[in-house]
Amino acid sequence: MLAQEMTSEVVASTGWFLEHAWLIPVIPAIAFVLIIFFGKKMPMKGSELGVLSMLSSLVFSGGAAWQWIQRVNSVVDGAHEAVVEGAYHAAPYVQPVIHEWTWWQSGGFHFGIGQHIDGLALTLLVVVAFISSLVQIYSLEYLRGDRRYTHFFAALTLFSAGMLCMVLAPNMVQLILGWEIMGLCSFMLIGHWWEEEANSRAALKAFFTVRVGDVGLLIGTAILFFSANNWTQKNLGVSGFNISGLSAWAMSGEASHSALTWGAVALFIACIGKSGQFPLHTWLPDAMAGPTPVSSLLHSSTMVVAGVFLVARLYPIFWEGMKIGDTNINFIVLIGGITIVIAALLAFVQHDIKKVLAYSTVSQLGYMMMGLGAGAWLPAVFHIFTHAFFKACLFLSAGSVSHSGSHHSFDMKKDMGGLAKKMPITATTWIISTLALAGVFPLAGFFSKDEIIDNVGYGGYNAFMIVGLTGAFLTAAYMTRATYLTFFGEARGAAAGIHHDVHDAHAVVDTHTSHDTHVAVDSHDAHADHGPHESPKLITVPLMILAALALTAGLFNATPFGESWERLKKYVEPGSEYVVVGAETASEDGAQAVTMSVASMSVSSEEKVTKEGCAVVAPEAGMACYFPTVSHAPFKWSKAALSLIIVALGLVSSWMFCVQYYTRRNRRLVGLTERNKALRGGYTFLWNKYYLDELYEKVIVHSIAHPIAKAVYWVNQNILDSIVNGAGKVSRRVAGWVYRNIDQRVVDGAVNGSGAAARGTGGALRPVQSGKVNQYGALLFSAAAIGALILVIINT
Amino acid sequence: MLTTQFLLLGAVLFCIGVYGVLARKNAVMVLMSIELILNSVNINLLAFSVRHGSVDGNTFALYVIAIAAAEVGVGLAMVLLIYRNRRTIALDDLSEMKG
Amino acid sequence: MIATDLLVAQNVGFGIISLLMIIGAVRVVTVNNVVHAALWLVIVLSGAAAQYLLLSAEFVAITQVLVYVGAVMVLFLFGTMLTRARIGAESDLNNKNWILGIPVAILTLGVMAYVIVDGFGSERLIENPGDTQPIPIQVISDDIFGPYLLPFWALSFVLLVAVIGAIVLARKD
Repeated sequence: MLAQEMTSEVVASTGWFLEHAWLIPVIPAIAFVLIIFFGKKMPMKGSELGVLSMLSSLVFSGGAAWQWIQRVNSVVDGAHEAVVEGAYHAAPYVQPVIHEWTWWQSGGFHFGIGQHIDGLALTLLVVVAFISSLVQIYSLEYLRGDRRYTHFFAALTLFSAGMLCMVLAPNMVQLILGWEIMGLCSFMLIGHWWEEEANSRAALKAFFTVRVGDVGLLIGTAILFFSANNWTQKNLGVSGFNISGLSAWAMSGEASHSALTWGAVALFIACIGKSGQFPLHTWLPDAMAGPTPVSSLLHSSTMVVAGVFLVARLYPIFWEGMKIGDTNINFIVLIGGITIVIAALLAFVQHDIKKVLAYSTVSQLGYMMMGLGAGAWLPAVFHIFTHAFFKACLFLSAGSVSHSGSHHSFDMKKDMGGLAKKMPITATTWIISTLALAGVFPLAGFFSKDEIIDNVGYGGYNAFMIVGLTGAFLTAAYMTRATYLTFFGEARGAAAGIHHDVHDAHAVVDTHTSHDTHVAVDSHDAHADHGPHESPKLITVPLMILAALALTAGLFNATPFGESWERLKKYVEPGSEYVVVGAETASEDGAQAVTMSVASMSVSSEEKVTKEGCAVVAPEAGMACYFPTVSHAPFKWSKAALSLIIVALGLVSSWMFCVQYYTRRNRRLVGLTERNKALRGGYTFLWNKYYLDELYEKVIVHSIAHPIAKAVYWVNQNILDSIVNGAGKVSRRVAGWVYRNIDQRVVDGAVNGSGAAARGTGGALRPVQSGKVNQYGALLFSAAAIGALILVIINT
Repeated sequence: MLTTQFLLLGAVLFCIGVYGVLARKNAVMVLMSIELILNSVNINLLAFSVRHGSVDGNTFALYVIAIAAAEVGVGLAMVLLIYRNRRTIALDDLSEMKG
Repeated sequence: MIATDLLVAQNVGFGIISLLMIIGAVRVVTVNNVVHAALWLVIVLSGAAAQYLLLSAEFVAITQVLVYVGAVMVLFLFGTMLTRARIGAESDLNNKNWILGIPVAILTLGVMAYVIVDGFGSERLIENPGDTQPIPIQVISDDIFGPYLLPFWALSFVLLVAVIGAIVLARKD
């Protein structure tokens, strides 16, 4: 089928920034150390170090991106000259700039650290450095006077270092390193105001929920390493941790399919945890307990896209492992689709403005996952790019509202309303970002989201295209509701200048703590008397920058305007071309140029002309593929019009409803959920977040822990008693157990409500934790012996 | 010299150590039993080192000895601290849990 | 025939030492006097050092004597003296459900013995005792400072932490 027609030498240009991209995470890492040790003595308490390090990372990533564009240009131009007229040519594969050094070795295993720079990595690098810089500048004002100001900036800087480290990881080990640093920083920052118990509980919940997924990351890495190591060592001379090695292995057609499938499933479980996908999304809204800049940076625009990034980074593995090329429903597209709808529905019943945004984030992440699962790689990456800008802007606007408009409250129903006149800049940026999120032409969200929906349908996943359109409608509607409640209608509570210190139980945890922290600063206490006003410049300038990008970021890959506008497609999407292995990095003149062999493929049979390249036909010996051939939906205005009409419907209908419901107090609408049984049921179901938390805490933890605990307790008591005290004590113990576990818990549970769940779990597990080391040891060793016995019996 | 000789000796010492860990109340005695377990592991390591003609077993036996020394040091320091606070080193009495 | 004689001698040596070690180990876990238990432990540990010599691991044997018989035992005796007023016999060294340990230990032993005999049978560890040379220390050091350098670092760190931790835990204030 394929004949290697000609091999041409194309010199890919490179540059200082590309070769030294590893400095990008190193700078904030050093800044972190400096802030920790010297921050408190600095004039601005260490914050200047954080901001400076992020700005220099931004400069470095910008320089690297510029040089990457030149590199792609040089390769593409060279490849065009090399192409034989009329022959099919896959998009040229631009060799990423990979440097790897041995980090540590043990017993023959080498673990590398270094950089893997390509379009995807650079996109994320620029976005992360940019958003981090703006958020740090914003935090200068937002957290002024906080009692742990220095530590906040230290953690924020370390977080950025971790994310940047993960993004340019050339192997799984470094990726896991960055991934875990982010998890740790997320924990520290969510629990920044840990004095409030709810905050530290939210931090723990986020940490543990993500850990559940992280187990998948370790298992998946191990599976892939042990299956791929031989192949990659033989063919590419790299270890089975190497990301490009893994990609080539997955596309080689020699990979064991079960290893690919299980590896992909395990890795995707990690992505579910990190990116807040459907069953494990519950931590993300709780994570809003952290300060608003943290929510903006970590839990909307950068950290939570780490899971999406992982799928995009190891796309060949998911492509082959999940069979994305077929149009059957796969795991990724299913989870993504479910997430879009359920999270969007949850956003309707939230009172807390940040929680609306949190569910919106979950829903948008669902779009990205669905896109990746349906083969729409580029639109998903593009959505990461645009989403970062407008979601960061939305969160920071919400922070601005609470900072200056609603006296540190986030409750839309109690403390907001009518703020558009008082805070014109914040309102404008919020509305621009809302329209961008909803996907209104020609704002950023339109181009990326519409492209996802379009490509999902084009890839053959028609059902999920409808899911995507439904999601677009819901997004427009709930964002309109949030906008109306915050900026329009009548002013309520703090927004109207009413000063109240006692908040409801459902008011956000942020309220009290930030209240405390700001009291110390006189200049800020003053505004409580003046009512809502516009925020200072340090807050509004980042908002305006982000809003400007929310307006224009879509133009980076504006499919409707023709191919010359599709810059992301040209510079970010890896080519699906066969690459001759082993010809790379023949350096000339002090390693300034990387010579690369590009093999052009010509096709002998005519019918294959439209679809040829990686993932369609396995590469020949000595060749490797690094990226599957993905199809791109041709843009049609008719399809875009359909989604625009749906978005407009969502906006208008939601606006009408809000006016009727919140301002006019329409009798037929107000109290509908109390009157109508079906609606009330739906509302309660949503208000309780589909009872997922209850499922995790009560059903799963109890059903697993409770019987085991009971059994262990039974064994303990009976053995002890039969030896020591005889049968008489048994009945007393059982009665005592009934009293402690049933009486007490039921009574307490009724009284204490939600607190009882955690306590009940502890109570159920209590008999296991008898505190007697010998009993633990006996259980441990006998379990090990019995386990070994079972293995022996099975194997004989 | 059979391989099984050494491995069985290791197994016997290991099980005696396990019994000691489970049965003893005195914390110092438990630490001693742990030493028995660690030594049985070392015998196995060295036997396999000879069997495979590799020096790795020796290396790891040395590491185990070093770890054991650290463990005894910290363990006895903890025992001292517990004794100072409670006037007892019986493990049974240390439990503060109400299981 | 010299080789066979040597083999017999080695086997006899192994038997005697093993018997001593097992008796010693049983006494360690049954005797009702902490100091006696520590002295029995000395016998077990010295026996282990002798076994290492049989396995031609001289350096490990020397280290065993130095570290265990020398340092660790002194630590144990110090610990015993510092924590107990009287040195004499005590009746309640075992905890209440000590009997639980017997079935667990026997079960573990049974499983392990079965696996070992089943797996290695009558395989000879050392065919010709004359051939086995003691492993030169240089080879061991090459192994430690070559492929296993990272565990060595980790270990050094653990030792440092243990020293600091022991001081912090045990000092009076």
